[in-house]
Amino acid sequence: MDRYPDKFDPQVMASAAFQRSHTGWLGLRYSDHGEDWVELELPWRADLLGDERRPVLASGPIISLVDMASGMAIWTAAGTFVQIATLDLRVDYNRPAREHASVFGRVRCYRRTRSAIFVNGIAHDGDIDDPIAHVAGVFMVIRPTKGDVRWKAS
Amino acid sequence: MESLLTAYARSLGIRVAGESDGAPLLQIDFSSDVEGRPGAFHGGATAGLLETAGYAALRQRLRELGRDAALKPINITVEYLSAGLPQTSNARARIVRLGRRNANLVVEAWQSDTEKLIAMATMNVLIVDEE
Repeated sequence: MDRYPDKFDPQVMASAAFQRSHTGWLGLRYSDHGEDWVELELPWRADLLGDERRPVLASGPIISLVDMASGMAIWTAAGTFVQIATLDLRVDYNRPAREHASVFGRVRCYRRTRSAIFVNGIAHDGDIDDPIAHVAGVFMVIRPTKGDVRWKAS
Repeated sequence: MESLLTAYARSLGIRVAGESDGAPLLQIDFSSDVEGRPGAFHGGATAGLLETAGYAALRQRLRELGRDAALKPINITVEYLSAGLPQTSNARARIVRLGRRNANLVVEAWQSDTEKLIAMATMNVLIVDEE
């Protein structure tokens, strides 16, 4: 592939970026996206458990899931790749995930300024009306885009 | 005896490296498994280290008090202070308040310079005592 889409495409990025590094180790998968939101899936896996007594996913991987979904929601809303750094990320755990269930992180970028970008979202295990967690985060723009910076799959 | 580390934490490569100020000192080496943007820790892996250090400190304290309890996350806020470089990261928690039903913790993570934090977290944990 020698041509990349002009507009940031979370599905294209996921297919390349989730092959390796931390997101690859977690086994993250693209699930869905809209104009300003992205949903990723964290498949259930026995070595990602947070409680020896119950087969439910730990909360740590859920933070990684929503952190990644946050970045991709920002790039999707911006329509281009911008270098960002997570300033803070808050997760409120509403209930445990169901046993043996994949967890989905759905994050929306609701406000972008020159320097700060705001996101919120949920983690759920199949029903978006019954979240397992609520998420809020703020990101800083490291290098303001000049409109010609595009995400590349390399 | 239940480990201070969850299956997730062990799988990611987090280890208990000793004690510091009465709390477990946790460490994780840099590897591809924790890499975010090239040559830096993924924010999620850093958060996992912080959260794991919080639970480890709380488990150890409850054990010292003879309390057998299940721990459930209420919330966590992670603040990122500087990029996690490709080197070993450390984390240690302070239990600010330990109550009957919940605990408030502050967790700090650093690399080679103990004075320069890479991230910190504030956590609330629900404690459910086993009868």
